[in-house]
Amino acid sequence: MRVNASNGFGPGPGNDTFPKLLRANARVRAKRPAMRCKDRGIWQTWTWEDVYENVSLFAHGLKSLGVARGDKIAIAGANRPRLYWAICAAQMLGAVPVPVYADAVASELAYVLQNADVRIAIVQDQEQVDKLLGESEQLPQLRHIVYDEERGLDEYDHTRLHTISALIAESRDVFEHEPGTRAAIEAEIDAGGGGDISIMLYTSGTTGRSKGVMLSAGGCIAAASDTVAFDKLTDADETLAYLPLAWVGDHYLNYAQSFVAGFCMACPENAETAQQDLREIGPTFYFAPPRVFESLLTRVMIRMEDAGPLKRWLFHHFIAVARRWGEKILNGQFVPLHARLHYGLGRILIYAPLLNVLGFTRIRVAYTAGEAIGSDLFSFYRSLGMNLKQLYGQTEAFLYVTCQKDGDIRSETVGPPAPNVDIRIADSGEVQFRSPGMFVAYYKEDAKTAEAMTQDGYVKTGDAGVFDPDGHLRIIDRAADVGKLVDGSLFAPKYIENKLKFFPNIKEAVGFGHDQAFVTAMLNIDLTAVGNWAERNNISYGSYQELAGHPQVYEMIAEHVASVNESLSRDRFMAGAQIRRFLILHKELDADDGELTRTQKVRRSFVGERYAPLVTALYNGSDEADIATEVTFEDGRKGIIAARVKIRDARTFAVAAEQAA
Amino acid sequence: MSAVAEMAHGPATRAAAEALLTVENVSLTFGGVGALSDISFDIRKGEIRAIIGPNGAGKTSMLNCINGFYHPRSGRIIFKGKPRQRMRPYEAASQGIARTFQNVALFKGMSTLDNILTGRTLKMKRNFFWQLLRHGPAMREEIEHRIYCEEIIDFLEIEHIRKTPVGKLPYGLQKRVELGRALAMQPDLLLLDEPMAGMNLEEKEDMCRFILDVNRHFGTTIALIEHDMGVVMDISDRVVVLEYGHKIADGTPDEVKADRRVIDAYLGVSH
Repeated sequence: MRVNASNGFGPGPGNDTFPKLLRANARVRAKRPAMRCKDRGIWQTWTWEDVYENVSLFAHGLKSLGVARGDKIAIAGANRPRLYWAICAAQMLGAVPVPVYADAVASELAYVLQNADVRIAIVQDQEQVDKLLGESEQLPQLRHIVYDEERGLDEYDHTRLHTISALIAESRDVFEHEPGTRAAIEAEIDAGGGGDISIMLYTSGTTGRSKGVMLSAGGCIAAASDTVAFDKLTDADETLAYLPLAWVGDHYLNYAQSFVAGFCMACPENAETAQQDLREIGPTFYFAPPRVFESLLTRVMIRMEDAGPLKRWLFHHFIAVARRWGEKILNGQFVPLHARLHYGLGRILIYAPLLNVLGFTRIRVAYTAGEAIGSDLFSFYRSLGMNLKQLYGQTEAFLYVTCQKDGDIRSETVGPPAPNVDIRIADSGEVQFRSPGMFVAYYKEDAKTAEAMTQDGYVKTGDAGVFDPDGHLRIIDRAADVGKLVDGSLFAPKYIENKLKFFPNIKEAVGFGHDQAFVTAMLNIDLTAVGNWAERNNISYGSYQELAGHPQVYEMIAEHVASVNESLSRDRFMAGAQIRRFLILHKELDADDGELTRTQKVRRSFVGERYAPLVTALYNGSDEADIATEVTFEDGRKGIIAARVKIRDARTFAVAAEQAA
Repeated sequence: MSAVAEMAHGPATRAAAEALLTVENVSLTFGGVGALSDISFDIRKGEIRAIIGPNGAGKTSMLNCINGFYHPRSGRIIFKGKPRQRMRPYEAASQGIARTFQNVALFKGMSTLDNILTGRTLKMKRNFFWQLLRHGPAMREEIEHRIYCEEIIDFLEIEHIRKTPVGKLPYGLQKRVELGRALAMQPDLLLLDEPMAGMNLEEKEDMCRFILDVNRHFGTTIALIEHDMGVVMDISDRVVVLEYGHKIADGTPDEVKADRRVIDAYLGVSH
């Protein structure tokens, strides 16, 4: 294992598992904050010492429930300090934590627990306990459920249920009265090694059922050490851990990097307060998927529309200044003095207050990933002076495959390979990589593991990409999704969908066209943006469905589609794939209905099947079509939504390549 | 929901419980208009008691009598074993009666937290000058009250609007804040005037869950007025039915549902 101790950003020698890192942190930075969370509305802080003590006690409690090395322990819930302790407590005993998405419906949860042979589940609250108890017939192996929040659970049968606080309190008692028990836990920590499976993360399942990706402790720490050094993260940094616990991003960016660098992670009070908590904590390291940055920008723009004329003028004037000079200043390029002064005034009047409102004042490094980000959106944040960068990664790599260097950033590429990562483009156009953090295998899926690897040990990403001349990787689409129209033009659905989604009014887009004569699209409007627009234009509507079908909304969206077509017409490869016909769906695509993955990515083929009558209508020239679909409500009940959806032709543009020639 | 209701309180034990409040032969008139005539019923400790009836039946007038806003022309109201003749609302409040209103009555410009803190006013012991100083005992007292309010905020799941001015909140949330303020008084008797009016199905379900939880966790006795019959029948232990100021039925939800006069009052009947 490589150790980056020399540069001061690494984990130190011999610390090849997370519990060992925790113990080292408890010694080196005992009194520094490790985790924060609100209790009764006021931030509470645990130091590294506190966390180590609590995790040791928790581990002892789990041991008393019969946890042995190699056991799988499911963890489901929001970002609570105690659930992070649960992850580390499991690792302390050599057990494998398996985080599960908290918003997964009961059957999805049961699938993962069954597939992973989970024997103990550690969950947040009654909601998760109810899901597990409801599926107990499918889960004969599940012996104990440990939970954090006691509300509503006091009348349940407690033969198999335990509270985290009781486990910790009992262990504290044991530690005090029985000498040697603490040492036994220490010995468990020492027994762990870099080759151990540290965590099992389930893939989002964009294609088929999700698989358990096994990652080794040494690999995880090596990868995290590289990026901690790359972004110069130290124990003075701070982050808000609000990403789903089960997602590789949270485990990497927050858990792994925090343990390696020794910085503090704060947990939001709940999902709804995350935005306020962000302002209160003021993180220095931040990650958000493009859609979060987008919705923030949409909200800022909507609120600016309500401001007085002077404020509005100031805002637009200085945003224009920032667009012109901001990125150059951030990248350290030459900028004339008068521009610097103008920008400086803008910082005092607009940029700094705006970043403060968003909670971004202290940010040193921010990343976005998961989907392509629009260049306007990307440069908006960068022009305000926020060091926003892109990375490309996946669960199988333990996140990082590429990441952008400070000062060398652009919106259309995802940057050069991350430190110690080896990337190549296969003949098929597929991106393949080898990295320190790459996965060991899929759990119980040897065939799938073999399928995902090349003979010489590279991981196949399944993404099609190209290297720019200066070594930056550009991801085009999922390799399997890139198709051809009947006339042979290239059809990259994701590329087109992203262009559509860069409009604030369009929330989701699904493109069709493989083996067809032309390209068509199904769109979802963004209720916040379009609703606001409707209010401003005196358009009344009673429901999402009514607004989506409104003729004036169709007019507006048709304009957006036309401008996408115009920009496609300028691209030599994509000009043939302009959108000829489109429709606006009557309902929002939803993960509960299986139309999106839990990470909010569109499952295109599923959508195509589910809305087959609409797809047919898109191609047979009809003006409208009827559709009835089953939907799942939040409480699990099902119902039918029926609608008549209108279909429009879109304006297309002549290929502009000739003009350039 | 009904399963939860059954779990929450066993009706068998409740029947033997003593009366917290008894209304005896109460009549109320406004000039020549009789709002209530000769009404008698009781509210037992720990139960959820519903008062229902068609529009103008006198339900809100009844609540107003109970919390001392109106004074009955005749009859007695006995609370915690002590009869009372005339009482002002703040006296009722200090004896442990809290209420919410049909049309939300919050301080619109104040935050959710501050609104709920106002519910603690009667519990504050330090005088004005200590409060002005904001140190020592006054500070300790404020911390205690803040803790209690934060527990209510957690209980009602309104953390995200803790510092939002309530005037900006949607109606359903304002109703919840109002319930929070009433709870902050740690009342013995909680009067809810149409807690679910104007709510959608999801908000109603949430509110039902909160009412049942309040009853169960804090042991608070609740009297509520509500028009949604499904809700009333699901969550209440006993129901009293008023019509044109008269009591026409009183009993368990099942008894009331089967009562001929209640059916007539609600569906109308040709006489």
